[in-house]
Amino acid sequence: MKLPVWKQFLNEAGGVAQFVFQFFRELGRSRFEGEAFLMQCYTIGYRSLPLIGLTGFIMGLVLTMQLRPSMVDYGVASQLPAIVAIAIIREVGPVITALIFAGKIGSSIGAELGSMKVTEQIDAMEVSGTKPFNYLVVSRVLASTLMLPVLVLLSDAISLYGSYIGVNVHSSTSSQLFWNQVFENLSFYDVLPAYFKSYLFGFAVGIIGSYKGFNCEKGTQGVGISANAAVVVSSVLVFVIDLIVVQITDVFSLL
Amino acid sequence: MDLNIHTTQPLLSIRGLHKSFGSNKVLDNVNLDLFKGENKVILGRSGSGKSVLIKCIIGLLPIDEGSIQILGQPIPEFGTPDWNLVRKNVGFLFQSNALYDSMTVYENLAFPLRRLKRTLSSKDQSLLMQEALREVGLEHTGNMMPAELSGGMKKRIALARTIILKPQIILYDEPTTGLDPITSKEIMSLITSIQKTHGTASLIISHDMNVVRECSDSVVMLINGTCYAEDSYSNLLHSKDELIVPYFN
Repeated sequence: MKLPVWKQFLNEAGGVAQFVFQFFRELGRSRFEGEAFLMQCYTIGYRSLPLIGLTGFIMGLVLTMQLRPSMVDYGVASQLPAIVAIAIIREVGPVITALIFAGKIGSSIGAELGSMKVTEQIDAMEVSGTKPFNYLVVSRVLASTLMLPVLVLLSDAISLYGSYIGVNVHSSTSSQLFWNQVFENLSFYDVLPAYFKSYLFGFAVGIIGSYKGFNCEKGTQGVGISANAAVVVSSVLVFVIDLIVVQITDVFSLL
Repeated sequence: MDLNIHTTQPLLSIRGLHKSFGSNKVLDNVNLDLFKGENKVILGRSGSGKSVLIKCIIGLLPIDEGSIQILGQPIPEFGTPDWNLVRKNVGFLFQSNALYDSMTVYENLAFPLRRLKRTLSSKDQSLLMQEALREVGLEHTGNMMPAELSGGMKKRIALARTIILKPQIILYDEPTTGLDPITSKEIMSLITSIQKTHGTASLIISHDMNVVRECSDSVVMLINGTCYAEDSYSNLLHSKDELIVPYFN
């Protein structure tokens, strides 16, 4: 019998909450799988760098070129580096990077763990004296939580460089002037909340990918479903977390 | 837990085992003994609970009722670390081989050694890996990835991973499923040669009558979740029981 949608949603939310609880319990009491963690940091972090770098560069360049005509119309073209920097650091950089990360890493974790589940590799690990949750899930979630903020920082830097090139497409601005404008208009209040929320984005992508993969059913068809659901759910969660963090930082800014 | 046991005692003893999934009763009062050096085949239709039975034995599924004793000791509580001591002595060959895709053959073999025999030096680990590969006739495959191996080679590597810890009991889940007749024969002869060389007790889940004929010392008929009959292959072959006859025709 198929459950109504709201019951399915509650079931899923309950399952994820339980999974998160299990993650913290295993993190606290199980042997740390250092080798698996480092391998995941390499796969999740280092190997995502070219994609994140490329999209970051395009993002900075395009954002600058799109904003420029309006800024010229309002007579504030000189403020273009500052506006683009604030937009990238506060919002566009973390969110776009997290969405690309969800597409690449969320789907890869969902598909990899899903395929391990249906081919009994997870059971084989258990039989070999390994806690699969600790070895597979904890290492992946930790790696994605810690690697995404690093990728966001790098993406932000590359985006700003893209923006510098964008500014120079139609005018000539010296590098010193551009970077001075950027840093003079940025404060820790812009950087810290954005940096903090990228940890939450990384955690959400890792936990949802792992949850979907670890609970994969229906054989090979289920692997595709898990990978797809991991991307969709973690992308939506990125926006929900963003909304919550922005509300919280807004409250603090009013105090 | 002391896992030494007198040879006349069964290495594996199951009494009154029950297992259900919701309202679906899969195992209903299963009783079974497995002795040292014995090859016992569990024969039953698809969905008769054969795989569930061995997953209960190895601790991948919790039991509802009954008792399982391995090497004279009751199995630990489901999901506890004490299972690792049991798993050093019980090998499991998965139906799908369950080789780790992202690891080479050597890494696949080293995985249980690193986890369950942490005190072994890397030199000893290497010797054990070579020995296991030699036993299954695939010494040259150590640096290959599972994706580069044929179905039969994968099965043999999975078998090497199963025997590398030198278990006293080996559980085989459908060891010849999906293999061609020649490779099936090779796997069957490996199963019997492992039994002879190491004196292991084997519990083989199968519905392949060739496996039943070639590998069994005794056959347990699992019908409707219960051990309906237990006898030698030749006696069951001549049985007139209407539930047994269809398997041997």
